[in-house]
Amino acid sequence: MADEKATPLLDELEKGPYPSFVREIKLAAKNNKMAAGVLHQLEKSYRDKIGYWKHGGIVGVMGYGGGVIGRYSALPDDFPEVAHFHTLRVNQPAGWFYTADVLRKICDMWDKHGSGLTNMHGSTGDMVLLGTRTEELESVFGELTKMGFDLGGSGSDVRTPSCCVGPARCEWACFDTLKTCYEITQHYQDELHRPAFPYKYKFKFAGCANDCVAAIARSDMSFIGTWKDDIQQDDEEIKNYAKAGLDIQSDVVENCPGKCMTWDPDNMKLTIDNSYCLKCMHCINVLPKALRPGKQRGVTILLGAKAPIVEGALLSSVLIPFYDIDNEGLDDLFELVEDGIWDVWTENGKNRERVGEFIQRVGMGNFLESIGLEPDPHMISHPRDNPYIFFDQEDEEEEA
Amino acid sequence: MPIFEHGSVKVEVDEDGFMQNPEEWTEEVAAALATTEGVDELGEEHWKVIHFLRDYYQKFGVAPMIRKLCKETGFKLKKIYELFPSGPAKGACKVAGLAKPTGCV
Repeated sequence: MADEKATPLLDELEKGPYPSFVREIKLAAKNNKMAAGVLHQLEKSYRDKIGYWKHGGIVGVMGYGGGVIGRYSALPDDFPEVAHFHTLRVNQPAGWFYTADVLRKICDMWDKHGSGLTNMHGSTGDMVLLGTRTEELESVFGELTKMGFDLGGSGSDVRTPSCCVGPARCEWACFDTLKTCYEITQHYQDELHRPAFPYKYKFKFAGCANDCVAAIARSDMSFIGTWKDDIQQDDEEIKNYAKAGLDIQSDVVENCPGKCMTWDPDNMKLTIDNSYCLKCMHCINVLPKALRPGKQRGVTILLGAKAPIVEGALLSSVLIPFYDIDNEGLDDLFELVEDGIWDVWTENGKNRERVGEFIQRVGMGNFLESIGLEPDPHMISHPRDNPYIFFDQEDEEEEA
Repeated sequence: MPIFEHGSVKVEVDEDGFMQNPEEWTEEVAAALATTEGVDELGEEHWKVIHFLRDYYQKFGVAPMIRKLCKETGFKLKKIYELFPSGPAKGACKVAGLAKPTGCV
């Protein structure tokens, strides 16, 4: 080889005005051999069109069954710097609020004990520290603990719960996502650190239907903020939008999935039939000064989303149509999760079967019966469409 | 692959320290491997877990799910972590000489 350190294929990814992970790894590689090793192994992967990370690996820290993902190079002789390249998931603060000081400390620690490369944040929500050796794991864990951080979930356990910024930064939040996320994380520490489920179980909390954490698509149990009463409406502000040139008919009314709005251009009057509102947030997003979610706020709790692995992708479907989580607290919910959902799923679920797949296999009717929830027409997979309908033959006959 | 040596025990292991040839397992090997997982001495309760794991593995060719392990041994998960601080998958299965679990226990 002419120049073993040359990375012509990766260099292509530095071109153009875009952020580049290659540029970032090169920066890290100036001071860190592991980061340099990643670069060179990756260049070889691109050249050969083969991934050179081995599959699997079981490493961890004492007392925990999750939080560290073992990774080894398939070419440890060629790339000894990355012979071990384990990932640590670190439980992020709710809403990802850090001080600059703590981020510096984490990065300094990681330069010392690992590759210096991080992923802020992984799709799990965790802070992801990429690349360290087995013998460094306990030191990293110790340093993180000193800074007040803990490992997150991995494997068949409760994954690190994550939430949108919620009421900390966003006026649309219909419940306190940060508080709920924090309390659920604390309550399920055992389940988070000690895998005992058929497969992973994710909680995500989105303050409104904009769903900035994609809870409905990525979490087994999705909490999405909503409201019960009417959208708050300021007619003067609506007029201001119209006067400023916004086409309310085409940009708001015609995009309403519930078709619950009419626009009177002569009087500049928007009329909403709230009984048909799907709480989708579209009109509020377009007219943020004029419209706001209602005052009677809470969450819809949904169950069963997952990305495709064993079965295809699933979106969560409604389990609890409305729950005033900020005022009613979490105790009833813990009971439903532990004595209902987990009890049934962990007892009867197959290995690597997500709760959504389990429900598909046994049927929603049977599932609801076994967790002790009454079926309700609000339990739907899509608004105003495809409700699960339950007829009990004996009841029907009695009525007849 | 690396060789794990402890006293008179000498076995081939993978990079995570799991036995490459599970048929070479003996109780002496178990005691030696246990030292790498924070277990200094194997007591009666450790052996109960180890024997259950081995029996199940020999019968079905895979490690049992954790719930099954807890149910059959009567130990709560917390107790399993007290016995094997690195957990049932990394700790107990390794000591029991099982091939590396791929996400069961």
